[in-house]
Amino acid sequence: MKTYLKNTWQGLYTVFVGMVITFKHLFTRSVTIQYPDVKIKLPERERNRLFVNMDDCIGCLQCERACPVECIQIDTVKSLPTEDLGQTSNGKKKSLWVTKFTIDFAKCCYCQLCVFPCPTECIKMTDVYEFSEFERANLIYSFATLTEDEIAEKNANYEKMQAEKEKAKAEAEAKKKAEADKTDNQNTPDSGAEKKE
Amino acid sequence: MYELLNNIIGNQLITFIIAAALPLVFIVPYVMVAVYLERKVSAHIQDRLGPMRVGWHGWLQLIADFLKLVQKEDIVADQNDKKLFVLAPFVTFVGAYAAYAVLPWSSAYVGSGADVGIFFLIAISSLAVAGILMGGWASNNKYSLLGAMRSAAQIVSYEIPSAIVILSIVMITGTLSLSQMSEMQTAYFWNWNIFGGAEFGLTKFLLIPFMFAGFIMLYISTLAEVNRLPFDLPEAESELVAGYSTEYSGMKFAMFFLAEYANMFAVSALVTVLFLGGYQSPFGYLGNTLGIEWLVPIEQVFWFASKGILLVVVQIWLRWTLPRIRVDQLMAMCWKYLIPYALINLIIIGLITLI
Repeated sequence: MKTYLKNTWQGLYTVFVGMVITFKHLFTRSVTIQYPDVKIKLPERERNRLFVNMDDCIGCLQCERACPVECIQIDTVKSLPTEDLGQTSNGKKKSLWVTKFTIDFAKCCYCQLCVFPCPTECIKMTDVYEFSEFERANLIYSFATLTEDEIAEKNANYEKMQAEKEKAKAEAEAKKKAEADKTDNQNTPDSGAEKKE
Repeated sequence: MYELLNNIIGNQLITFIIAAALPLVFIVPYVMVAVYLERKVSAHIQDRLGPMRVGWHGWLQLIADFLKLVQKEDIVADQNDKKLFVLAPFVTFVGAYAAYAVLPWSSAYVGSGADVGIFFLIAISSLAVAGILMGGWASNNKYSLLGAMRSAAQIVSYEIPSAIVILSIVMITGTLSLSQMSEMQTAYFWNWNIFGGAEFGLTKFLLIPFMFAGFIMLYISTLAEVNRLPFDLPEAESELVAGYSTEYSGMKFAMFFLAEYANMFAVSALVTVLFLGGYQSPFGYLGNTLGIEWLVPIEQVFWFASKGILLVVVQIWLRWTLPRIRVDQLMAMCWKYLIPYALINLIIIGLITLI
């Protein structure tokens, strides 16, 4: 009988205690952050979408090599000796045209490994994290600043230069060979036999 | 009210229809307010904000939800018992709506001033069980059936303590008519039944503790009758998906929903009439002091609705305070605690009234 009355009392009393607690919570400040309207400040070292400052990129491919999922793809073309590409902000001389610099954010795992090797600190994490897309292809971001025509021009320039170089090299070699033949003829016949070995 | 309407319109049939439809004018806006309150109160109790995006502080959320429900496909599965399945939500709502017939909204408007009002109310509120059981059975789904069975067991059990408490009030007032009961608790709030009734004397003061006990018991058992938490075992979303309403979608589900909220107000109104003075104002009427006679019934409607909604808010508040109880605890609470206490309460009140 005693436990019965005690149960009754506790059943009622604890309900009122609970109601007092919930009533207090009714008037405490809510913890909700109304996300699209109000955004919480992200921590200092957050890792989100990458950004590449192409003015500083020297096309060294270090970030491409560091990437564990191969989401960065870079193509470079050598510049002509006559062209001046300027300097990066920390004083490195640029000598390559970056014809392609794409990052596939569908693959990117936001590990930040590409950021550390960059000698000019041109690839870095931003605070943008809302970039969902309906098409997967839209997640491939291209950072290269050159237009199609420019890329074609640079490639042509490089090939031309390469061809000229080859030509020059071939000429030089031919010349060398000719000279060598000349000296061979002047030397004893033995030396020619030695060379054959 | 009925005579007034009849005089204006002149056609008895149309008068009947209008008088019968009047509670619906209250129920629909009330349900909107109640659902909004439910969401907001629950959110703020849990330190959240609740709906905020549709309208100012989300006040249009329920209209958006309603539009969504209207657009939904009305699914009736192959294996359902089609006739019962379609009928069930309407039976449930009719049970809830019929209770409004005898509620005394004011001294001028009572849907039906039947002398057996409270008797009718107890009887008709059991119709909800039939609807729920039909829905659960016709769904041909184990969860639905379990929920419906639980609901039936629960409502049948909890009707006993509530009937006993109502009986003790009937003993004091000596009437079964709800409007007469309200009329007896007129003037100031110390004349309410929870404070011992209108008759001043020794009995009034002796009655007060037992009236409080009766009020709490009736409130608990009506809470169980409308399947609200902590007695929401028939729906129990963590155990039974959604209980008897699992298979329902679209407007049929909305009907169950409407019936639940209509029932909540109906039982709150019952508690109000029995213990909290019904439509009576707690401190006199503005219409009487100003000498405007027609203002009094309007004030009475206001007091009746606000008392009922206050009790609904307490139901919501309780819902977000207490966890659901176990089935055996539910039965133990009814049969081992509420019924003995209600019986003792009845006997003591009977003895006091003899003095």
